Amino acid sequence: MRKLIYLGPLVFFMTTAVYFALPIIKGKDPRILPSAMIEKNIPDLDLPPLLETKPGIDNQALIGEIQLVNFFSSWCGPCRTEHDFLMRIGKSNIVPIYGINYKDKQKAAKKWLLDLGDPYERIGRDVDGRTAIDWGVYGVPETYLIDKQGRIQYRHVGPLSESIFKEKISPVIKVLRKQTNG
Amino acid sequence: MIAELGHYALVLALLIALVQTTVPLYGAARNDFSLMGVAQPAATAQFIAIAIAFGALTHAYVTSDFSVINVAENSHSLKPLLYKISGVWGNHEGSMILWVLILALFGFAVAQFGVHLPPTLKARVLSVQASIGVAFLGFILLTSNPFLRLDPAPIDGRDLNPLLQDPGLAFHPPMLYLGYVGFSMAFSFAVAALIEGRVDPAWARWVRPWTLAAWVALTAGITLGSWWAYYELGWGGWWYWDPVENASFMPWLSGTALLHSAIVVEKRDALKSWTILLAILTFALSLMGTFLVRSGVLTSVHAFAVDPERGLYILAILVLFVGGALIMFALRAPSMKLGGLFQPISREGGLIMNNLLLSVATATVFIGTLYPLFLDATTGQKVSVGPPFFNATFVPVMIPLVLLMAIGPMLAWKRGDLSAAMSRLWFAVALSFAIGIFVFWLHSDEPLAPVIGFALAGWLAGGTLKEFADRIGLFRDQLSKSLSKARRLPRSAYGMTMAHLGLSIFICGAVADSAWRTEVVINAKEKDKTSVAGFEAQLENVDRLEGPNYHLERATVIIRKNGEYVTRVFPERRFYPVQQMPTTEAAIHTTLLADIYVSLGEGSKGQGWTLRLWYNPLIPWIWAGCLIMVVGGLISLSDRRLRIGAPFKQAHKKVQENGLLEDA
Amino acid sequence: MAKYQLFMLTLAIIVSLPLNAPAVEPSEILQNPQLEVRARNLSQNIRCLVCQNQSIDDSNASLAKDLRKIVREQLISGASDNDIYDFLIARYGDFVLLRPPVKATTYILWYGPLFIFFAGLLLSVLFLIRRKRIMPEEPLSLEEKEELSILISREKEG
Repeated sequence: MRKLIYLGPLVFFMTTAVYFALPIIKGKDPRILPSAMIEKNIPDLDLPPLLETKPGIDNQALIGEIQLVNFFSSWCGPCRTEHDFLMRIGKSNIVPIYGINYKDKQKAAKKWLLDLGDPYERIGRDVDGRTAIDWGVYGVPETYLIDKQGRIQYRHVGPLSESIFKEKISPVIKVLRKQTNG
Repeated sequence: MIAELGHYALVLALLIALVQTTVPLYGAARNDFSLMGVAQPAATAQFIAIAIAFGALTHAYVTSDFSVINVAENSHSLKPLLYKISGVWGNHEGSMILWVLILALFGFAVAQFGVHLPPTLKARVLSVQASIGVAFLGFILLTSNPFLRLDPAPIDGRDLNPLLQDPGLAFHPPMLYLGYVGFSMAFSFAVAALIEGRVDPAWARWVRPWTLAAWVALTAGITLGSWWAYYELGWGGWWYWDPVENASFMPWLSGTALLHSAIVVEKRDALKSWTILLAILTFALSLMGTFLVRSGVLTSVHAFAVDPERGLYILAILVLFVGGALIMFALRAPSMKLGGLFQPISREGGLIMNNLLLSVATATVFIGTLYPLFLDATTGQKVSVGPPFFNATFVPVMIPLVLLMAIGPMLAWKRGDLSAAMSRLWFAVALSFAIGIFVFWLHSDEPLAPVIGFALAGWLAGGTLKEFADRIGLFRDQLSKSLSKARRLPRSAYGMTMAHLGLSIFICGAVADSAWRTEVVINAKEKDKTSVAGFEAQLENVDRLEGPNYHLERATVIIRKNGEYVTRVFPERRFYPVQQMPTTEAAIHTTLLADIYVSLGEGSKGQGWTLRLWYNPLIPWIWAGCLIMVVGGLISLSDRRLRIGAPFKQAHKKVQENGLLEDA
Repeated sequence: MAKYQLFMLTLAIIVSLPLNAPAVEPSEILQNPQLEVRARNLSQNIRCLVCQNQSIDDSNASLAKDLRKIVREQLISGASDNDIYDFLIARYGDFVLLRPPVKATTYILWYGPLFIFFAGLLLSVLFLIRRKRIMPEEPLSLEEKEELSILISREKEG
């Protein structure tokens, strides 16, 4: 029994080593944070439009349909990375995307959409970044999945891509669709 | 060509290390002196080979040989020579070469100076030390080879991160590594002792100087890093409880515990298995620091070139060595003989409390640093553990430790007399009250925390000084007799007194800075004035200039007190075009009692500049306190009995000669 | 995937070393010095989410700046410190606090060191008791006998 005490350091050390190895093996990035807003209603917002042709975004616009809300900015490099993919979703009608233009100059944002294309149903301008803070955004691009009741169901940090969409977002959309249909 | 020579030398070093690991170990088991004798020349050859590799890499840096990838990525032809050299270890690959160089240096030192070590112990120590070398040389050659070529070679390099182009940081990594790697010596001695199944006072006399040397270097390294953060980052702070800082602080804490427990083994032949365990854990914490910095499992502001694959390799080394050592510990330690008997109230008892509290302090930092990792892995939740947590948990552990530090040295070995020790502490009580009341009088309308902090520092200083005075019979004997006693006092006694006084001074600095720092942030145009803590600062003008590899804006700020000129300081804002990175170079006016810290922010002639001024009371005492600890350690290290190579018999005789004096 | 890694890499490069510029700008500072002191204290306990282990008081990231402004606006409108923490926790979770709240998931963090202290104390006491039982009062060792004789001879001399 007394000798078991001498095994203590070994057991403790090995446990620690497992905790060191886990995040590396799983490829976890410690910088990615889970959202505190999951299962919560979307915060109040009323954003002015970016383009003359499309209205801005308020709560009403975001309730009633399963949809993506994408925070983007023309000055953000990774946003450019995901833009092609957003264009494909926009064209394919899988799920509508609402854009929130985060702390951007109107001119620059307009030119950006003109150059790269506009995948969004509606675009609202978050000039001072307060709406983003209400959503718990900590760095653009971030993409939120909203259900029909206007609750946040999923949040992705960083640029979207086909593989991430298929792995992470599509399954949630399918479950949500089933729930409302069945 | 020279880079290839370096590469070849590294491979050669690996082969030598392999021989040095296996042959002497086998020889020691067979009691074959010729096989054991291989260790000594092998350790020398390994050190020379690695020194050649290090020299080759340094040569590539100094001559700006951009056909070597490592140089191209981390250096620039315009960089000042000092930073070309320090650039060698300013990156992952080069720093690992420095790491193995120091590892081999320690092995070399044991081989050279360990003439009087028992031959089997020496062979085993060198073998274990070489096996660590094998692991890290393999790591370098497989994943982090700095000698790879780039074809075609670029015209110029990408430069070193400008924050690292700084004299403080040039010497910070070598010092830190001397500390980290120095603890490998304690580890090797511990493992060798476990193989032999024997620990005696002679063993402790051998371990102590190596541990002390590592401790001195680590203290210096951490101090340099903290000092660098203070003047270079431009925030006026000196400790942020960042995971990377904590990674260096944990081995320091457990190394300090080891230093004290080794005394008990040496003097009283007790606490042997605990000391072995501490030696293993201290090196484990050093390795863990290397792992944490490079693996990216924790988020830190100081993240090194993060590479999970390399992280996994270092983790494997950690598991192999520490896991292996702990298995041997579990097998061998239970049968170790118990040493000298002592009462709970005794020097030994005091040192056990010292070890307990330092271990709890280490555990506090350990849990706080790694808890985010643990919680994420078990529940997926994220948590931040920042300075407010550590301030709330670490400080309460330090308070009893400091209280004890004044009492412990006054207790006799074996059976101490607590009431006698207490009655000798009147000076500590008096000094503590005097300082506490003085501080309270200065700042009576503020919280009591600094009063308590200063009273503690006074208590420690009072206890330490009284203990020293009693030892030499000051005020009790005639002065001449006291002086001659002082001359005969072993240097380790001076070392302890200085180290403890250093801590007391450090506490004053840390407490004053956290309680009374004042900060002023203004937007200033030329000739604008502001005041901070009774000083008046005027922005005289801002010049645009050119540095060797950067552009800069340099402000001239005049400091006055009561209208009288005090000094002129020149804070800078630099821009390094190669890395496209701005840095601020704060200007600091240091006096004995405070720093006036001026940092220049963004701005222009029309708009004015952002000017930040801090009045940091007693902050020089932080560095002074650490420096005194380092010097105390060095003095203790020069003690005859500890001096590397001092033969056991002589040391033994010496103990007999003035043993009672020392042990009093 | 490769693009994603590239993004993380650039992110890593951008945020990996501390930008050595302090944060609070002159324009942010509140008129009311008491509120400003509270604002600074709050800021030091709130994590800058985009940075690594920096408080919003230490960071010049744009999000940190926005959060500093929000803290100050809420202070002016009369919010208590806890109101402000709650506002941020609702959006960013406990992660935003540099001093984690004491709750079931953090008991080990907060009470672990205390537990280790008492466990260590218990072990040391058991160790001392056991030693006493196993080892009788030891006779003087050779060395000690020598020391004693030296002491006695010194006494005689002095």
